[in-house]
Amino acid sequence: MENGASSEGKDPSAFLSEIIGAPVTVKLNSGVVYKGELQSVDGYMNIALEKSEEFVNGRLTRIYGDAFIRGNNVLYISAH
Amino acid sequence: MADTEDAGTSSVSEPLDLVRLSLDEIVFVKLRGDRELKGRLHAYDSHCNLVLGDVEETIYVVEDDDNEEETIRTIKKQEEMLFVRGDSVVLISPQA
Repeated sequence: MENGASSEGKDPSAFLSEIIGAPVTVKLNSGVVYKGELQSVDGYMNIALEKSEEFVNGRLTRIYGDAFIRGNNVLYISAH
Repeated sequence: MADTEDAGTSSVSEPLDLVRLSLDEIVFVKLRGDRELKGRLHAYDSHCNLVLGDVEETIYVVEDDDNEEETIRTIKKQEEMLFVRGDSVVLISPQA
């Protein structure tokens, strides 16, 4: 059951554990965007962010010292 | 409960640890449907079902006024005790 990407790539959760501590952008299904430092992720894609900013329609709406995001709302996580 | 006790209470190794560290503290909760809650976290579970005390609920309602301009009205409600079903939770943040 090897897939083509197995030689150079890892599975998605390996990517997630690799970017712990890095600044990330998290977009929710609602379109709201969070930018912050990735503290931790679990198998549900629940996310803990540190020093995060909330953007609604591209406008900064709120700042959180720590934030827990429930995984079912997540559209993507981007490391940059 | 023993493992949560001795695994280093100040560590955040999984996201729900952040919620655990907020027990008995004031938390801000963002819900689906443009609702927000602020209250003391009495209990939670892995579904993010929450029990909150002394809660202020804020509801954001978009209204079309006479000039067909959209204004956002906020409705505030006070609740003594609230059980929140986890599936409506979007975000939980401890209030420093």
